[in-house]
Amino acid sequence: MKPFAYVKPADVEAALRAVATEPGAKFLGGGTNLVDLMREGVERPDTVIDVTGLPLDAVDDLPDGGLRIGALVRNSVLAADPRIRARYPMLSQALLAGASPQLRNMATVGGNLLQRTRCAYFYDAAAACNKREPGAGCDALDGFTRGHAVLGVSGSCIAAHPSDMCVALAALDAVVEVRSVRGDRRIPIGEFHLLPGDTPQNETALAPDELITAVELPALPVAARSRYRKVRDRASYAFALVSVAAALEVRDGAVAGVRLALGGVGAKPWRARAAEEALLGGAADEAAFRRAAEAELAAATVRPGNAFKTALATATIAATLRELAREEDAG
Amino acid sequence: MSGGTDPQQADGPGGPRDHARPAADRGSHRNGVLLASGVTSNSGRTVLPELRMKVNGSPESLDVEPWAGLLDTLRDKLGLTGPKKGCEQGACGACTVLVDGVRIVSCLALAVQYDGREITTVEGADHPLREAFVRHDGLQCGYCTPGQICSAIGMLSEYAAGMPSSVAAEGLTDDEIRERMSGNLCRCGAYNGILDAIADVAARDAR
Repeated sequence: MKPFAYVKPADVEAALRAVATEPGAKFLGGGTNLVDLMREGVERPDTVIDVTGLPLDAVDDLPDGGLRIGALVRNSVLAADPRIRARYPMLSQALLAGASPQLRNMATVGGNLLQRTRCAYFYDAAAACNKREPGAGCDALDGFTRGHAVLGVSGSCIAAHPSDMCVALAALDAVVEVRSVRGDRRIPIGEFHLLPGDTPQNETALAPDELITAVELPALPVAARSRYRKVRDRASYAFALVSVAAALEVRDGAVAGVRLALGGVGAKPWRARAAEEALLGGAADEAAFRRAAEAELAAATVRPGNAFKTALATATIAATLRELAREEDAG
Repeated sequence: MSGGTDPQQADGPGGPRDHARPAADRGSHRNGVLLASGVTSNSGRTVLPELRMKVNGSPESLDVEPWAGLLDTLRDKLGLTGPKKGCEQGACGACTVLVDGVRIVSCLALAVQYDGREITTVEGADHPLREAFVRHDGLQCGYCTPGQICSAIGMLSEYAAGMPSSVAAEGLTDDEIRERMSGNLCRCGAYNGILDAIADVAARDAR
């Protein structure tokens, strides 16, 4: 690992001042992604600012029934929070589907938002990667693409976003609160992660001097009946081939409310708006669920190694919505 | 029980043991950088503050570089070779230790992040699981065993505290144990024995 200076500020203002004066600095949370990438030589910061001493680890109720989650809340703690489990079960389930218990005990919410792709070519210093080294090319395009994205990809990069948590946040219209010495900003989750385009090295809307301080979940009654379903190569502790975060409200046999987001298939956590539009107001039956899924996957750009994902995603979306509809019937 | 070295015998009882290198050997790659909790020496070199941790019940005082991993620090500075370096990327769980009773993978932990914390490795984990792993043949080569045992101790605490899992079964079923232990791989495939050992201890706890 490349040597670096280590700073552990005790308050947010000190952390913001530190990063403002050290352009090459990186914030360190639980370390589960950054330390790994530093050991691989993919990340090479001169200064590491350890933010785990900052008082950003509370989950607070908002007046409208939403929740404000501090950026340093650990993934395991958030998954177990009774308010998350009751009001946003898809988020608790997404967190519990991610990584391993040890990693969830370490990983923070802010760090999860910033985790980088697990594309093997991104990790491999001997491979060409536009994300790691802009302009270098992309060995994934004609490589082993089983884990790669089919939505939102470009000719420069087909890396999939690895987070489970962010898929639920996309479905829930979360808002990311960030702060710098220049002031505060609120970034809707849909604008937080960027599509690769010609600049896959730019992954988020966060400026280098901005610190994530919290994630806000707006009140969303439909989310009380929601779930996260993850399909992967083994039963546990693997990244998603396809995952689905879904919430569904059915009234008189018709879809009265729906939230749908996908993981494992998108260059960023993928809000399935085309599918939502197709579903809203229509019949809540199997044929409609499949048609909506197909509407979303129509935009897919596949390669031989990941072409199976369109069919897998379509089936997983339909199955998840079917289960939710059945729960509604059961009351 | 103490595996490997016993620093207590080497240094004798008393206050924190100092594993720091001689002052002349200290320094940083970046001259003049003032660490948040450090001091800049007369030569303009950064002198790292001492890292203080309680490890298996003993107070330790360590001088480590910021990039030193917790796993390397435990093994190389304290002679605690129970935690193993398997993958060094958080994928195998062989390096699992308990921090204030919570299980983590020490390979992805920087030692400096754990200043003031209490670390327990398998050497200090006085728990019936150690004996249960032997009785139920919860191992073949044994390389993953220290991590399995520390992980299982943390897992049973999490379960007792009401931490949910994606299996969401009623009670600590075999499926629950498998899911909750999925962060620990065993390449010999001793999973059935591992499962039996944990289920045995969990059942005794429940009585």
